Amino acid sequence: MDKTINLTLKIWRQNGPKEKGRFETYQVSDISTDSSFLEMMDILNEQLVNENKEPIAFDHDCREGICGMCSLFINGRPHGPDEEITTCQLHMRKFKDGETITIEPWRAAAFPIIKDLIVDRQAFDKIIASGGYVSVNTGGVPDANAIPIAKPAADEAMDAASCIGCGACVAACKNSSAMLFVSAKVSQLALLPQGKVEAKRRAKAMVATMDELGFGGCTNTGACEVECPKSISIAHISRLNREFLRSRLSE
Amino acid sequence: MSNFLTSSIGKKFIMSISGLFLMMFIVVHLGINLLLIFDDSGELFNLGANFMATNPAIRIMEPLLALGFIVHILWSLIVSFQNMKARPTGYNQSKNSSNWASRNMLVLGCLIFVFLVMHIYNFFYIIKFEYQNLLEVDIDGEIMHDSYSLVAGLFKTSVTYCILYVVGAILLGLHLGHGFWSSFQTIGFANKLWLKRLQVIGQIYAIVVTVGFAIIPLYFLIKF
Ligand code: SF4
Ligand code: FES
Repeated sequence: MDKTINLTLKIWRQNGPKEKGRFETYQVSDISTDSSFLEMMDILNEQLVNENKEPIAFDHDCREGICGMCSLFINGRPHGPDEEITTCQLHMRKFKDGETITIEPWRAAAFPIIKDLIVDRQAFDKIIASGGYVSVNTGGVPDANAIPIAKPAADEAMDAASCIGCGACVAACKNSSAMLFVSAKVSQLALLPQGKVEAKRRAKAMVATMDELGFGGCTNTGACEVECPKSISIAHISRLNREFLRSRLSE
Repeated sequence: MSNFLTSSIGKKFIMSISGLFLMMFIVVHLGINLLLIFDDSGELFNLGANFMATNPAIRIMEPLLALGFIVHILWSLIVSFQNMKARPTGYNQSKNSSNWASRNMLVLGCLIFVFLVMHIYNFFYIIKFEYQNLLEVDIDGEIMHDSYSLVAGLFKTSVTYCILYVVGAILLGLHLGHGFWSSFQTIGFANKLWLKRLQVIGQIYAIVVTVGFAIIPLYFLIKF
């Protein structure tokens, strides 16, 4: 069963935020098609360390598609050639023997490069901090059934909540727009009674922060939805527009 | 309100509202123009054109329409410029997961603008400012400009213009194929179900507009 492949890797290297970056080419051989993409990267880094060279910096954490830490623009697509998965869930069987793989960092003014393939995604945290929360009273644990929520609303809120904040939507969008991310974070709260208290302020504040941080505007190309590992629907963007317009026009 | 208009969604809102307004105009415009091919004597079209030129409600709409165009064009430039700034460095290799028209609304818009200038120069300008050169017809005792022979004349004599007008119709169709559902999405009128519906309605609308406008020069080209 065990098949192995040899690959040429064209990888973006950049020593620091202000340095000039460049592509460098590496060879890896005998990569098992059963291994994951990040394991392949580990093998390459091991190789580089053994050669006394600087290993390639890339983001990762859970390696099971739930934390949103991994990124990478692989062969022209965020999270690589497979559908609905993160880079850490990508298998090497998706590549052919002898193939050249191009690996680039997310590109957006709001996501500056820290080193090599790592970009600074704190902009997302700032957007969340500006409104992506609900206020709760301290005290005992509330009764789970005290607030009834309709099943369709609960389902849709859950779908929105599956956004892991990876930033692939920004990376895929020609405008580097963060609208899919923001819409997911607004939707998951807007659909639930718990989110109603701050509803008016939330969309307004989060969109203002998003604009301030240098993300582009949405032109409804839909690339984000296609590339999102969690298949967040652009219907959430329409809800965000609705929430935003409602709060602004009622002022 | 001031920072509503400068916010990203506010700017898109303006694109959407002006776009919806222009799309309504297109329906009216197409309706009147199709009279060109339903009556070869030109009487129907002349009556339609005369009504449009003299009706007070339409007179009020005219500057509004011009404003609609200006706002839609200016805002598109602002929006596009800001969106370009959001990605200072591009990718070396990038596969497109969106459709071509949605990514090239600005290009399509610019080409349509070129068409619009030509179109205004061909007809509107002459009817408005050089009407002394137009023929006159008498329909049921009312003397009016013979706009029909102006339009029909151009298409009967020039294959080049026929082709240019067909191309214009196709460009407009591509622009509307994305623009229609996009404008509803932007004002928040979409959910999972309506998104699909609006996309289908938008495609139908775009096809009707393209075929409707393209058929006019083709009719004159083939028939005469
Ligand atoms: S919306 Fe999708 S692509 Fe964007 S951050 Fe969330 S999970 Fe990632
Ligand atoms: S490393 Fe956690 S999602 Fe990929």
